[in-house]
Amino acid sequence: MKITREEVRRVALLARLELSAEEEVRLTDQLDKILQYMDKLERLDTSGVDPLAHAVDVVNAFREDRVTNEPQPEALLANAPDREKTFLKVPKIIE
Amino acid sequence: MSVHELTIHELGEKLRRREVSSVELTEAVFARVAETEERIGSYVTLSRDGALEEARRADARLKTNGSAAPLLGIPIALKDIFITKGIRTTCCSKILSSFVPPYDGTAVAKLKAAGAVIVGKTNMDEFAMGSSTENSAFGVTRNPWNIERVPGGSSGGSAAAVAAGQCIAALGTDTGGSIRQPAACCGIVGMKPTYGRVSRIGVIAFASSLDQVGPMTKDTKDCALLLEAIAGHDPADSTSVPAPTPAYASNLDGGIKGLKVGLPKEYLISGMQPEVEKSVKAAVRKLEELGAEIVDVSLPHTDYAVSVYYLIATAEASSNLARYDGMKYGYRAPAKDLLETYLKTRQEGFGPEVKRRIMLGTYALSAGYYDAYYLKAQKVRALIKRDFDVAFKRCDVIVTPTAPTTAFKIGEKTADPLQMYLSDIFTISVNLAGLPGMSLPCGFDNAEMPIGMQIIGKHFDEATMLRVAHAYESATEWHKKKPKL
Repeated sequence: MKITREEVRRVALLARLELSAEEEVRLTDQLDKILQYMDKLERLDTSGVDPLAHAVDVVNAFREDRVTNEPQPEALLANAPDREKTFLKVPKIIE
Repeated sequence: MSVHELTIHELGEKLRRREVSSVELTEAVFARVAETEERIGSYVTLSRDGALEEARRADARLKTNGSAAPLLGIPIALKDIFITKGIRTTCCSKILSSFVPPYDGTAVAKLKAAGAVIVGKTNMDEFAMGSSTENSAFGVTRNPWNIERVPGGSSGGSAAAVAAGQCIAALGTDTGGSIRQPAACCGIVGMKPTYGRVSRIGVIAFASSLDQVGPMTKDTKDCALLLEAIAGHDPADSTSVPAPTPAYASNLDGGIKGLKVGLPKEYLISGMQPEVEKSVKAAVRKLEELGAEIVDVSLPHTDYAVSVYYLIATAEASSNLARYDGMKYGYRAPAKDLLETYLKTRQEGFGPEVKRRIMLGTYALSAGYYDAYYLKAQKVRALIKRDFDVAFKRCDVIVTPTAPTTAFKIGEKTADPLQMYLSDIFTISVNLAGLPGMSLPCGFDNAEMPIGMQIIGKHFDEATMLRVAHAYESATEWHKKKPKL
């Protein structure tokens, strides 16, 4: 086994996903198969190889820090799950 | 021939000669949608009123401007991953099912400025995660060539809409093959440009180091025209490259005499459908007849690409999709406290494939596994890119099949995620290396399903890739065949 049901439960909490018992069992089995397939990476020698994060050379792209768009609170708040006046309303974060 | 069957460049002439108006053309496209949509299911949102308004404005511009832009008045469909001002944008996820964006993304804004008419938003795998469009929260899309089959994915709605004449052309996005594979499945042309060629602003993020926007069209010339319209530097996207956009459409005709076409030996895998192999080999012979020189090349790390991709893409996705927390926009599940709100919102809002990928990506990034999975994948990614650098010293383009099989049956691969992942085997290396790649029709299998050939170009050399595609297309008739609907 590459991954256990306990690890799946731990990762799900990290990812803020609630899984049903049935989902936990199925994901453990599927992730195990996928990780076994990926075992081939482990057998490849990559000593001396630098990791590649971006395939095309990118450098810092600086721009002037100035406002380019008009504030539009109504358009933005129109998608809010809950609001009060011009604020987003969220569950209590501090006990 | 009905107008919905014509191409951008054919219709452009008719519009400028006033043989047809944009309003008439738009009405014809919506009539075609009404006639076929129940069988195909390409769209999740139609923008009929907005489209007719844009068409009226295009007609007014056509009256006053003789040398109109090539997209002026042309009905175009957008994958539902593109942010569209005032038009619901869901990424085909329940978590965004009522999201109405307050602005247009850069590619969409460029299309609108060019006078294009936006028909609507097309179906896709949820958050672009999938190869069959079966992972949409809004139902499956069917392949216009055979409605028992998938259209490919994740841009399956865009591919099906183009193939069925439900739009004149479409935009898709491609993170591991999501433009090219559905293009192959539906018998159309689809291109993933070089990473950085087209701005990603206003494209809902899946895997940011791999995502790229591209055209899905009926032929190569349309592909070139649409690419010209959307490409270019965008100061708002720090990964978009500050290079001028070449005139692709007016440079298609150079021919391919003396051009070197590389054939990677690693791409002749076991398990490939025999007719796919046969058609691509025949296409290569055709390129040789047209004057190209065929050279054998090697991409020795090809066998690792699926593993590398499904670690890097899922790691980036797990991070990108953390924003769907039910706080600022999108779905929020009722719950007793903050943690439960997060857990339930994401549990109810995401579908099974998205959860699977978030899990895999979070695992690959988590303490104790980061080095073995994520970092290792990034190192092998470097080797995959190096393979292409070496191969491109010996050739100008590389030719492969786009996918190992033609479109599979609906439901055939949903139970086995790994089998589904392997349908991207020929396309994902191109994203990992940041290269441009395109698919174009090169034949049909015994069941009359289209076969796609992939052409891969050097970084920022879409022009050569398009020239090869155009030479092949001009010498063959595959792209002219239409599905009987």
